[in-house]
Amino acid sequence: MMVESINRALRRLPPWAIYVAAALWASWMFYLGATGGLGVEPIEALEHAYGERALQLIVLGLAVTPLRRFLGINLIRFRRAIGVTAFFLVLAHFAVWAVLDVQSASRIWADIVKRPYITIGMAALALLIPLAVTSNNLSVRRLGSAAWRRLHMLVYPAALLGALHYVWLAKGFQLEPMIYLGLTLLLLALRFPALQTRLAS
Amino acid sequence: MAGRYRSPLTWNDVTPRSLYLNRRQIMAGSGALLGAGLIGNRAQAQDLEPNTWEEITNYNNFYEFGTGKDDPARNAHMMTTQPWSIQIDGLVDNPGTYSFAEIMDGMTVEERIYRLRCVEAWSMVVPWNGFELADLLERVGVQAGARYVAFETLNRPEEMPGLRFPVLEWPYREGLRLDEAMHPLTILATGLYGEPMPNQNGAPIRLVVPWKYGFKSIKSIVRITLTEEQPPASWNMAQPREYGFYSNVNPNVDHPRWSQATERRIGGGLFATRQDTLMFNGYEDEVAGLYEGMDLAEFF
Repeated sequence: MMVESINRALRRLPPWAIYVAAALWASWMFYLGATGGLGVEPIEALEHAYGERALQLIVLGLAVTPLRRFLGINLIRFRRAIGVTAFFLVLAHFAVWAVLDVQSASRIWADIVKRPYITIGMAALALLIPLAVTSNNLSVRRLGSAAWRRLHMLVYPAALLGALHYVWLAKGFQLEPMIYLGLTLLLLALRFPALQTRLAS
Repeated sequence: MAGRYRSPLTWNDVTPRSLYLNRRQIMAGSGALLGAGLIGNRAQAQDLEPNTWEEITNYNNFYEFGTGKDDPARNAHMMTTQPWSIQIDGLVDNPGTYSFAEIMDGMTVEERIYRLRCVEAWSMVVPWNGFELADLLERVGVQAGARYVAFETLNRPEEMPGLRFPVLEWPYREGLRLDEAMHPLTILATGLYGEPMPNQNGAPIRLVVPWKYGFKSIKSIVRITLTEEQPPASWNMAQPREYGFYSNVNPNVDHPRWSQATERRIGGGLFATRQDTLMFNGYEDEVAGLYEGMDLAEFF
């Protein structure tokens, strides 16, 4: 019953609404940062806001298949928009870090090479690029469904690296990044066929 | 008869003390207190424009109240700071539990405008009010064998929600070598901008060691112990590779996860530029002698 009404409500929502909402939200955050609305250290606040939202969307994207399989909630229509939006927020997160935070090409490069948590963050971003580029119907046709699916499995390592990136940058033992890592690991584990059959039966 | 005239102005319209105290006048006044030491350092006078009250009290690391920078401002009001006492023990002539009033009795509170450099590579300039730690240590009488000073922060879970989660091993602990503790730059601060210390900044009394990363300047102190051995320090215990016992500000020794060569001064907004971090946070002339002959990359 509840699943049905959720699905019915979701059917009324067009996928492009996700792009619009994300663009409005990202612009609004930038505006807040520029006008004092994000506290006294807006660079860090904006960087973290974009990064965390991107991670949330990646986790949501990973949840689409299990949500349908195990709970019957159908978000498939939104998956592409969720993924592409996540990519653009990762890009915004990177841009704030590079341009507003680190501010110099040599320091950016030094950080990517020398700081492991930044290295894996960059790796995650790099893994997402082919996925974003091929997130259109033409690419699915060109690559063929099987190859396209295989390529898009790159989101698994990207998600894991993103979650580790967050855990690694935290000072001390903090709860929130652990929650993202735990969710990511859980959602990845659900992809293992053995676990799937056990849960489905 | 009262109440005939109602002013359209409220207390909200009164200019806060932090604004009406002309910052440059504060600087001129405290320049004398800072003493001749800073004169040798070129071009640092204009570097010492204090951050605003708003900035200093809304961007804090005080993990006992949460790990977010605004958590302390939100949660620290829960902490009871009256009554307050500090247990002073270890290798001292007059050990005991001293009330806040007893500690303040006879102390000369000065204004000290210091740079504050966080290990996370951001910085502020803070106009502290406080007295030299050496004055207190001299009063309680440091015994001959003492070589270090250990400090402890209040550990009261019912008033400090951050203590529920083991971000660090509580209570928060820090330590200094005795000569660092006795250095005239080292103060116990009890206020800022001439106001009593806000809770989120470590009320009612905290350490300020301006040439070390901020986490060494332990807040809301309840215990001071003179020891012979180097005392444990919380961040050093948690990650000895990342946070050394000394933790002197040093642009040439990076944190394993990030560079310490530059810093961002809080208050510059979204488009603030980074600035170079100074050796010993700009207090090299005053404190470099403490570490003569030491390899600062090894004793970081």
